[in-house]
Amino acid sequence: MRDTVIRTLIDLGLKDKDIELITGDLGFGVLKPFWETLPNQFINAGIAEQNMTGVAAGMALEGKKVFTYSIGNFPTLRCLEQIRNDCAYHNANVNVICVGGGYVYGSLGMSHHATEDIAVLRALPDVTVICPGDANEAAAAVKTIAETDGTCYLRLGRGGEKNINTDIKEFEIGKAYKLREAKSDGEKVAVFSTGAILEETSKACDLLENAGFAVEQYSFPTVKPIDKEAIKNCAQRFEHIFTVEEHNIVGGFGSAVAEVIAELDTNAKLHRIGIDDFYCIEVGNQSYLREQVGINAEGIAERIQGVISE
Amino acid sequence: MTSEQLAWKIRRHGIEMTHLSGGSHIGAILSVADIMGVLYTDILKFDKDNPEWDERDRFILSKGHAGAAVYAAIAENGFFDVEELKTHYANGSRLSGHVSHHLPGIDFSTGSLGHGLSVAAGRALAAKQDGKAFRSFVVMGDGECNEGSVWEAAEFANHYKLDNLVAIVDHNHMQSLDYCNNTLEVDMAQRWKGFGWNVIEVDGHDHDALRNALKNTSNTDNKPTVVIAHTVKGKGVSFMEMDILWHYRFPHDGWEYNCAVNELHKIKPEGVEDPYTPVGCPEIEADPEPMDHTVSETYHPTYYKREVEKQ
Repeated sequence: MRDTVIRTLIDLGLKDKDIELITGDLGFGVLKPFWETLPNQFINAGIAEQNMTGVAAGMALEGKKVFTYSIGNFPTLRCLEQIRNDCAYHNANVNVICVGGGYVYGSLGMSHHATEDIAVLRALPDVTVICPGDANEAAAAVKTIAETDGTCYLRLGRGGEKNINTDIKEFEIGKAYKLREAKSDGEKVAVFSTGAILEETSKACDLLENAGFAVEQYSFPTVKPIDKEAIKNCAQRFEHIFTVEEHNIVGGFGSAVAEVIAELDTNAKLHRIGIDDFYCIEVGNQSYLREQVGINAEGIAERIQGVISE
Repeated sequence: MTSEQLAWKIRRHGIEMTHLSGGSHIGAILSVADIMGVLYTDILKFDKDNPEWDERDRFILSKGHAGAAVYAAIAENGFFDVEELKTHYANGSRLSGHVSHHLPGIDFSTGSLGHGLSVAAGRALAAKQDGKAFRSFVVMGDGECNEGSVWEAAEFANHYKLDNLVAIVDHNHMQSLDYCNNTLEVDMAQRWKGFGWNVIEVDGHDHDALRNALKNTSNTDNKPTVVIAHTVKGKGVSFMEMDILWHYRFPHDGWEYNCAVNELHKIKPEGVEDPYTPVGCPEIEADPEPMDHTVSETYHPTYYKREVEKQ
């Protein structure tokens, strides 16, 4: 996903000299193709995210289409006020790229777990929040946000994610993508996910189908603005809707869906699957931590089966 | 209008605006008035009929709490009606206490300290890339230089040789609770020199010195320039000068307002009309005792007095 985004940025940058990539001194082995191809459109701002984001705002106000780049919480929480005051309030075309959403850097410890970023960025007016589920969604998203005025948060996984959303051509900001129709006559559930947990969610849906469930699955690469129509449509047809995110369940994707469902006149019940409001103190890689928290495929499937059998 | 005339107008508007609104920061408005007066007469390129003119110099008042000073400067330059200044802080106004870009002539909002230099650096860098000739100016406070982000930006601007970037520090030697050096002691010029900048120190109330420093900031080493303008907080009104109370207090009806206006009239340059009280405020009411218009004590942690000062 990460390399795809950089390749896409190089393609865009070759055609448009206003594309700029600014890194906070990270991206070893990732950004090299960009700086070799487009040295005049690449800036290393050093380990100084506040300045990186302020500079990005200044350049965007002069007509540049700027992407800032760092990992974990550094491009977001460390410089939140610059995103709010300098970028979003001035409608500056700054696109904040985070590599390592969720537990990508699991073993590195709590400082590197980006698990509240969606909630925090979603709270800012005029910030679009995009969490692609796979490389296809990520590439399509980058092309769209470069040409869209205003500030955007692009939360990526790492690399090597399986491509699940194979149909996507044009990225539409605010659109959810239906990936699976309910096939059997079994118990009906709708499953929504955002971000790179898509692969685990899809595997969980396979497990549920094998267990006789009728699963309708959606990927929500955009968390803000949320696809209210897709949620409404499901809320009218399903008794149980599940959201899956590699993020705190407070304030994140599940909360965004809850806000929509709460204002609808339906009987749909929402169940949020994610990190249940704690900092992870266990040590381990992404797949280990996902399993500990219960957001690996088996954990997701068990939770859904548990809710339905209650 | 001369820079001296504009600076006086900024002071007079500042007194009126804070008096009407009950707003804070008159001390900072008065300290930066001469800097703003020189910038908006003899230095900055702008076009009041085309605020977004691409060749204009870019300007950010990063010490956004002195917003009244830039509002007054651009109103006097015709960007909007001077009458509108009276709506500062008011419900439904365009003039928020801290600088707002929802006004012609201002294109960057501030209020949280430590943001402006980075944004100004980004603009300077974009100008370099696109071969544009404008300069990118930013006025900062000395207290603002406590913010770490200022020094992130200072390193960046030096590294990228942004010689089209001009920072001016309104070095009035006071900040929110106390004198700067009682808060976090610093040698301002030394600090900027350490970051590789072209450093010019001037008397920030000397218009010729400011003009000379700001007219041409190009230098053979392609360094960004900082003009450290030594100023007096509250400059122009004796009882407000160098007194932390006047970071917060507004000139109240009666003695404070009348005295402030009368003092300004004593230093009024030729050819300037006072739009509010053309002949000053002749009737100075007696200073109501025991009201205190100044405060001599500033905050000090007891451990500092006990242990640090003894050393």
